[in-house]
Amino acid sequence: MRSSVFLLCVVGLSLTQIQFSSADLVDQTCKQTPNYDLCVKTLRADPRSSKADVTGLALVMVDTIKAKATATLDRINGLLGTTPDPKTKAALSHFVELYDNAVLKADIPSAIEALKKGNPKFAEQGINDAANEADSCDRAFGGASPITSFNRNVSDLSRVASAIIRLLS
Amino acid sequence: MALIGKSGPSVSQKTDLTLNAPAESTNISAQFLEPVSRGPSAGVSEKSFRLHSGVRAPFPWSNTMLSWQRTGYHFQPEKNWMNDPNGPMFYGGWYHFFYQYNPDAAVWGNIVWGHAVSKDLIEWLHLPLAMVADHWYDTNGVWTGSATLLSDGQVIMLYTGATNESVQVQNLAYPADLSDPLLVDWVKYPGNPVLVPPPGIDDRDFRDPTTAWYGPDGKWRIAIGSKVNKTGISLVYDTEDFKKYELIEGVLHAVPGTGMWECVDLFPVSLKEDNGLDTSFNGPGVKHVLKASLDDDKNDYYAIGTYSLESGNWTPDNPNLDVGIGLRYDYGKFYASKTFYDQNKQRRILWGWIGETDGESADIKKGWASVQSIPRTVVFDKKTGTNILQWPVEEIKSLRKSCKKFDKLEVGPGSVVTLELEKATQMDITAEFEIDKEALKRIGESDMEYSCSTSGGSAQRGELGPFGLLLLADEGRCEQTPVYFYVAKGTDGQLKTFFCTDESRSSLANDVDKRIFGSTVPVIKGEKLSMRILVDHSIIESFAQGGRTCITSRVYPTKAIYGAAHLYLFNNATSANITASIQTWAMKSAYIRPYSSHAF
Repeated sequence: MRSSVFLLCVVGLSLTQIQFSSADLVDQTCKQTPNYDLCVKTLRADPRSSKADVTGLALVMVDTIKAKATATLDRINGLLGTTPDPKTKAALSHFVELYDNAVLKADIPSAIEALKKGNPKFAEQGINDAANEADSCDRAFGGASPITSFNRNVSDLSRVASAIIRLLS
Repeated sequence: MALIGKSGPSVSQKTDLTLNAPAESTNISAQFLEPVSRGPSAGVSEKSFRLHSGVRAPFPWSNTMLSWQRTGYHFQPEKNWMNDPNGPMFYGGWYHFFYQYNPDAAVWGNIVWGHAVSKDLIEWLHLPLAMVADHWYDTNGVWTGSATLLSDGQVIMLYTGATNESVQVQNLAYPADLSDPLLVDWVKYPGNPVLVPPPGIDDRDFRDPTTAWYGPDGKWRIAIGSKVNKTGISLVYDTEDFKKYELIEGVLHAVPGTGMWECVDLFPVSLKEDNGLDTSFNGPGVKHVLKASLDDDKNDYYAIGTYSLESGNWTPDNPNLDVGIGLRYDYGKFYASKTFYDQNKQRRILWGWIGETDGESADIKKGWASVQSIPRTVVFDKKTGTNILQWPVEEIKSLRKSCKKFDKLEVGPGSVVTLELEKATQMDITAEFEIDKEALKRIGESDMEYSCSTSGGSAQRGELGPFGLLLLADEGRCEQTPVYFYVAKGTDGQLKTFFCTDESRSSLANDVDKRIFGSTVPVIKGEKLSMRILVDHSIIESFAQGGRTCITSRVYPTKAIYGAAHLYLFNNATSANITASIQTWAMKSAYIRPYSSHAF
C-alpha cells in the first residue's frame, strides 16, 4: 500500500518533469534554428508539440509547411485565372507544377515518411528542395507580388524545419 | 573568392581562350525597375501583377534536356528512386546486385530491395523485387545489407529493417531456391530480427551489417556502424549460425567527432599481389581497409590499417588519416559504397551510389533519380603505400568503339584545342600530361595553399595550371565541365598536384548544384600526370594517377547535349607549356533491360 503510494508520487513527479522538459524542448530546439520566433510561434500553435520529441517537432513543422504550400498553390491557381500576360501565366503555371507535383506530392510525403521511419537525412533533402522551390518562385516575382508572403512563409518554415531535422542526425 | 582569369595570347590554329570568370550568379535580386504596385496597399486586389522584368524566369527544363540526362551505360533502374547498393555478390555464374529502391516515386520512400543480374558487371537484366516491407520488423524500411557466401554453398543476407516502431534491427534472409542461379525469390528467417540495438546504442543508430569474415574459434564476425554522442564507431558481433549473436566487448574502431558511421566496410588488401582477397583473408602481406559513410557530411572515407583477429581491433597505419578525417574514396558525389569479393575473377569490387545534384522537381519531371558508379576494382597502391587505387572494371572496355589518338599535342599557356566534335556524351578518355621542365624550374613559391573547392576553378590561373579537358562543352563554351590538374608549390616548397572537377559552368540552369571539388593526388617521381574519364550524359567519373584520386560529378547541361556536346583540351596556365597525349573512345550503350525468358 505504502509502496504504491510512493510509486504514484514518483510517477506523478516524472510526468510533470516530462511536460516541463517538452516546453523547454521547443525552446531548446528553436534556438538552433535560423528563425527562433517563427519556430516557437509555429510549434506552440500545435497541441502536439507539448508532448513531442525532436522528431515530433520536425513533423509538426513539416505539417505546417504542407498547409502553407497548399495555401500558396491555391493562391497561384487563383492568380492564373485572372492574369492576362502570357509570360506571367507561363511562369505561374510552372510554379503550380512545382508546388503541386514537387512540394506537395513528393517532397512533403517523402520527408514525413523519412521522419517517421527514422531516416532523417532523406527528410532534409525534401525540405531543402521545398525551400528552393519557394525561393525560386519568390525571386521570379520580385519583392512585391500577391504571392510574396506565401512563398517567403514556405521558405522560412522550410529553413526552420531543415535545421530541426539536422539535429536528428 | 573567384579570381578573374585574364585571356591569354591566341595561338594560331587554336581557338582563343575564353575561360574567364565563372558565369554570373543567376540569383538575381529584386533590384529592378518595376514600380511597386499600388493595388494591394490601397486595399484593392492586385491589378498589375506581372513577372518581374529583367528577371530570368525559373529554368524551363524541356523533355529533350531531361531525357538526355539518362545514362547510356551506368546501372540504373528503368524509373524512380534508387539509393544504396546492397548485397553485391557473384553466385551461380551471375553477378548479383541489389539496391534501395522506391517503386512508386522519384524521391526517397517506400524503400524495398531492387535486384538485377549480369554476366559482366556492365550489361544488366532487371529482376523482380527481392524483398519488400512485409513484416513488422521491416515494415518501415527494408534497408541496407550485405551478402556472405558460405563454403557449403549457402547464401546469407543480413539487412537492416526499420520496425513498426522505427527501431533499427538486423534481419536474416536467404534465397528460397539455391538451385536458381538468378536467386529470384527470397525467404526471411522466421526468427527475425536476429539483432536489436544493444544497451547504450540508440534505436536509430544501428544499421548496415557487413559481409561476415571468418573469426577465431570457427565463428563468423560482422560489423555494424553506430555512434556514441559524436563519436562514430563500429560494433562487432560473433555468430556461428547467423541467427544467434554475441556482442564483442569494445568496438572494432572509433573516431571522435565523425558522427554516425553508415555502411561500414572492412576488407583485406594484398600488399604484394594485384588480385583481390576474400573477406576472411588475413595474415602477413595483408592490410585491412576500414571504411565508413559519414552521415554528417555525406562522404565516404577510408583508412588503411591492421586488423587483429585476436584483439578484435583495427588500427590505422596513420592516425592523422583515420576513418572520417583522412582520405575519401571519391571527392565528388559518391556515397553508401560497398565492396564485395568477386571470386570469379579474384577481384575486390566497389559499388557507389551516385545521387542527383539537380532539384527534386526535375527528378520528378524526368521520372527517375540516381545511378550507380561503374564498378571499380580496388587494390592497394604499392607505390605510395598510403592509398588504394580504384579503376573501372576491365569489362567496360567492351563498350569502346571508334578510337581516336592524339599524340604529344603541344598546348601553350592560355589555349584550347578541339578534340571531339561528335558523340562526346558517351566517352572513355585517357590522357597523359607533361609540364615543360623549364616552367617547373621557374615556378616561384606560393604563399597560399591551393584547394580545389575554394579556388576559382578552371578560370583561376597559376603558373603550372590548370590544364586538362573540357567535357560536355558547347561550341561557344557557355557550358563546360573542366576536369584538370593544378600544380603548385606549397608553403613547404614542395610541388603539389591537385586534381579537380569544376561544375561552376556545367549548366546555364540556376537550379542545379555547381560545385568545384577535388583533392591533392600523390605523384611519384617519374610518373606522368594521367587521368581517365568516363563521360556518360549527366555523370562524369574521373580518375587520376591510375585511380589514386577519384572524382564523380553530376552535371545537367542545357545546351551541351546530344550532338552539341564537344570535347576540348585546355591549358589555362600562365607560364607552362603542356604536352598531352590523349586517347578517346566513343562508348556504346550497355544493354540494361528487364529480364525476360526470351532474352537469350
